[in-house]
Amino acid sequence: MIVRLPGLLDTYTGGQREHEVEGETVADALAALDERFPGIRFRLIDEHERVRTHIRIFVGPDSIEDLATAVPKGQEVFVIGALSGG
Amino acid sequence: MALALLIGTRKGAWILRPDATRETWTASEPHHFGCTVHHAVLDPRDRKTLLAAVRTGHLGPSVFRSTDQGETWVEASQPPAFPKVEDEAEGKKKKAVHHTFWLTPGHTSRPGHWYAGTSPFGLFESEDSGATWTPVEGWNESSFMGEKALGDGTPDGAKLHSILVDPRDPQHLYLGLSIGGSFESKDGGASWTPLNGGVAITYMPPGDYEFGHDPHCMVYHPLDPDRLYQQNHCGVYRIQRPETTWTRIGDNLPQEIGDIGFPIVVHPREVDTAWVWPMDGTDVWPRTSPGGKPAAYRTKDGGETWERQDQGLPETGWFSVKRQCMSADAQDPLGLYVGTSSGEVFASADEGASWRSIARHLPHIYSVTVADFA
Repeated sequence: MIVRLPGLLDTYTGGQREHEVEGETVADALAALDERFPGIRFRLIDEHERVRTHIRIFVGPDSIEDLATAVPKGQEVFVIGALSGG
Repeated sequence: MALALLIGTRKGAWILRPDATRETWTASEPHHFGCTVHHAVLDPRDRKTLLAAVRTGHLGPSVFRSTDQGETWVEASQPPAFPKVEDEAEGKKKKAVHHTFWLTPGHTSRPGHWYAGTSPFGLFESEDSGATWTPVEGWNESSFMGEKALGDGTPDGAKLHSILVDPRDPQHLYLGLSIGGSFESKDGGASWTPLNGGVAITYMPPGDYEFGHDPHCMVYHPLDPDRLYQQNHCGVYRIQRPETTWTRIGDNLPQEIGDIGFPIVVHPREVDTAWVWPMDGTDVWPRTSPGGKPAAYRTKDGGETWERQDQGLPETGWFSVKRQCMSADAQDPLGLYVGTSSGEVFASADEGASWRSIARHLPHIYSVTVADFA
């Protein structure tokens, strides 16, 4: 599947925002990303497996909170991060 | 010896390095640019390992370490985090670390051992120089954590700070909570006892409270670790352990100045010498210097008398100095350093007798610590 990451994770990815990973669920995608970029998962997901406040994860057009959500073939995962504040 | 100042700010960290006279300081390029750095501390045991508590906007918090004076940083593979709670119905809340607020190197007998204090209240330790962190269950699971008197604390969240390790005994610890009080452990953090006798608590109805106080910053004296000083939300205090009652030495500050503030610093060679940076704690608490006249106050007699030290500081200035933003080096004469909410660093190379600006136009400063790199 394809995972698209926001710019605020550029320090982990070297600026690459599109990533192809193996897996069937959002959790699989995050695990694959964390293996590739250690630490990136905890910046998005807290210790109770919740998507952090002001972070959104979409599977296709749908915002999800359950990391076990399946990613149908052909769908992409979008990670969105708010840049609120001053 | 390579003296430096580690400046943590709302938008990154900077390292300031002096010339031989400490007159002129040069700022590095920013580290962790754009991220909030609550605390950056050099391990005095190896004078090489540098840890930084970093939070990035809405991303989760982490701790980074460097062993090359900030040239490169490595993120903790297991940052401070509370244990996963599956079901809140079982009485435990899903508490998540918002940021690491405080870092303390451990005892000299335990190289690589560190403590971290977080918001919300959490005490964590690392045995591997900050690579992995585990909860100190003796604190995090203690009955105190369910007490309403341990509030959400400051506008920026609850703060666990002032983690002190007795240099004579690694099992003997202190910590401070804003808001919650000062606590002591004699068994390495397995159990804790409040240590707030004599401390005022003006934001509660009259009464005797065992805890619920608001220490802003607590330090011990390195030559006499039984001598503690505390800048509290409600005054400046001193205690000589094993006493359990603090003495309010801030009452000896000028009445028009008051004894409210955030930081307190001791002279490493003089047990009775300490500095505070009073702030305006009247009305809605502007937290700037009283009257807009910035100044440090020094005592050389354990708080019996205080003298104002403002030579070279702005005649008028409307900034705040947070609890981690005042520190001292160990040189002779002693150097003092203050970082402001307006992004300026003031230094004194003569124990506070005179001050000058050594860096400005930085972001809001959250911490100033002295580093003596090997």
